[in-house]
Amino acid sequence: MSLIIAQSLSKTYATDSVEVKALQDVSFEIEAGAFLAFIGPSGSGKTTLLNLVGCLDKPTSGELQVAGIDVLKLDRRQAAEFRGQNIGFIFQSFNLLAVLTAFENVEYPLVMVQELPLAERRDRVLKALQAVGMLEQKNQLPEQLSGGQKQRVAIARALVTRPKLVLADEPTANLDHQTAYMILRLMKQMRDNFGITFIFSTHDTRIIGEAEIIYSLEDGRLVQREERGKANVQSSEDRGAKLAAL
Amino acid sequence: MFNLAKIAARNLRRYKRRSLLTVSLIAFGVVFVLVFVAVTASIKDFMIAQITDSYLGALQIHRAGYVASIESLPLNMNLPPAAVSQIEKTLAGNKDIEAYSERIKFGALFSNFTETTNIRINGVYPEREFAALPQMLSRISEGEKSVRALEKGKMLVPKLLAQGFGAKVGDTVVVVATNKDGSVNGKTFLVSGILESATGPGGRDGYINFDDASEILRMSGKEVSEIAVRLKSLALVEGAAKSVRGGLGLGEKKQKGSVIEVHTWAQLSPFANIANMIDLMTFFIKLMLIAIVLISILNVMIMAVYERVREIGTIAAIGTLPSKILSLFLVEGFCLGLTGAIVGVVFGLAIIFGLNLSKISFNFGQATGLILAPTIAPIEVMTASLMVIIVSVLASLQPAFKAARMEPIDALRHV
Repeated sequence: MSLIIAQSLSKTYATDSVEVKALQDVSFEIEAGAFLAFIGPSGSGKTTLLNLVGCLDKPTSGELQVAGIDVLKLDRRQAAEFRGQNIGFIFQSFNLLAVLTAFENVEYPLVMVQELPLAERRDRVLKALQAVGMLEQKNQLPEQLSGGQKQRVAIARALVTRPKLVLADEPTANLDHQTAYMILRLMKQMRDNFGITFIFSTHDTRIIGEAEIIYSLEDGRLVQREERGKANVQSSEDRGAKLAAL
Repeated sequence: MFNLAKIAARNLRRYKRRSLLTVSLIAFGVVFVLVFVAVTASIKDFMIAQITDSYLGALQIHRAGYVASIESLPLNMNLPPAAVSQIEKTLAGNKDIEAYSERIKFGALFSNFTETTNIRINGVYPEREFAALPQMLSRISEGEKSVRALEKGKMLVPKLLAQGFGAKVGDTVVVVATNKDGSVNGKTFLVSGILESATGPGGRDGYINFDDASEILRMSGKEVSEIAVRLKSLALVEGAAKSVRGGLGLGEKKQKGSVIEVHTWAQLSPFANIANMIDLMTFFIKLMLIAIVLISILNVMIMAVYERVREIGTIAAIGTLPSKILSLFLVEGFCLGLTGAIVGVVFGLAIIFGLNLSKISFNFGQATGLILAPTIAPIEVMTASLMVIIVSVLASLQPAFKAARMEPIDALRHV
């Protein structure tokens, strides 16, 4: 079953006197459990596409369904609720909240978005931190963590809400080679264990090498789809059971 | 809510110096307001008490129209015996009234046998006068400081008149007055004491016994020019005036056409305007506090929003509803205001306590060496604190709305 169905997506940014066509007539379908990368040079439309799929932005034209929902019909509040329940985000600069510890950063979406009770929050956060190997650093503030550790915490934060989809915009751009590879393996492991769909935007060859499906973008157009390996897609029952354990 | 407060408190701690500065500014404003209110209120209360307890009383009752023509002290506008009796009955039955004193007032000539001048004579029952005006005794600078000073045949002479005439305690003086029928009568008095003015230089009010006044004026019945009333508390003045008017069958509208008029001290004394000015100053000081809080909170919250644009984008992206983002910043403003208010109240009360301990003295009129004893009502502390907190939240509204309305996509792009 397709988790994401995009048809003829176009996005045009209008500046003072210039119109920039960031995306032009992009169509694709992404299955649940995919480990997928949008690649292309700077300005090719990767981030724009990720923003559309993440319900952070709306296309100028086209249709988009995520998890069976026509996300273009969602208003601002509904889009926020949809993101909170279905999508996890991993950012290039980690974007952890500086005043919260690793534990509290992971806990944040459970408190402020999903509003879960304390005991359940604690249980989920500890498991998520354990899954990314950051349990020992749970009481440290982001400034006390290395880049790789920050990204691990960011992954835990993205996964703790048990999303259907995780979007990662250049997740390894600020990491050294070894750490980047470790983070990639970790994300893949999360996908394998919990069946969560991972979508990256990147021009990092390390990610490209790990991705199972690659969409290439050029000047806002989807120019190529390459399938490198069979994704170990979980059945929805398996995914549900494993996510519940997270 | 607890989590919002926790995050807000952490964010405030992140910018320690700025938060500290803002809290200090708010606290300084609160301290200033509390100390100002306490000191001015205590001075104002003292001055009002000085006026009401030493010559005016909290309420005065006259025949209608008497106050309007008080400068000529008209004898034909005295309260008739029947009205006096009705008033006494009403006053006796009022639980707010502690004491009252009937006075007969008239203009007279005052002579020491070599010089003569005009004087305003107050004929009073000494026990009642001193009970209704307890600070009257403290105005006697020389001579007998007791009810005996106004025994029959004795007179309290105003200080300026005594100085001008060289009159001393023990001297004999003459008071000559014209009665209602136009005939002139006089009586000699022994100067029993010299009376200071209640509010400063000036004053031509001399005091004699009521019976002596009746004798000079050849009154057949008990006529009274005014009745000064002392209340159990000055705070009761408006309520007591209303209940006395009610007891005398005077409605608010009826007072105009009736025989009797009841006036509060504020309606009779020009000091009421000064008291109102003090209240007005206090109001403007409170406005200043609001301005301080508004500007400092607005400034710090606007900065907080601009500095945390990416953070706002992140929390919005991961699904935080705009209303929650709004709350987050409002709680931050609330915490700043609350902390400032608490610190300000603590320091303000400590300074007020310190002022009481240091026993600073000041002068008012002829009264010297008065001790400043500032006090502040809990309601004033509550009002100042609530005002600061409410203004803090209101000042945070604009930045909070700005944060809540931010598009996550734009916020995340912010460098």
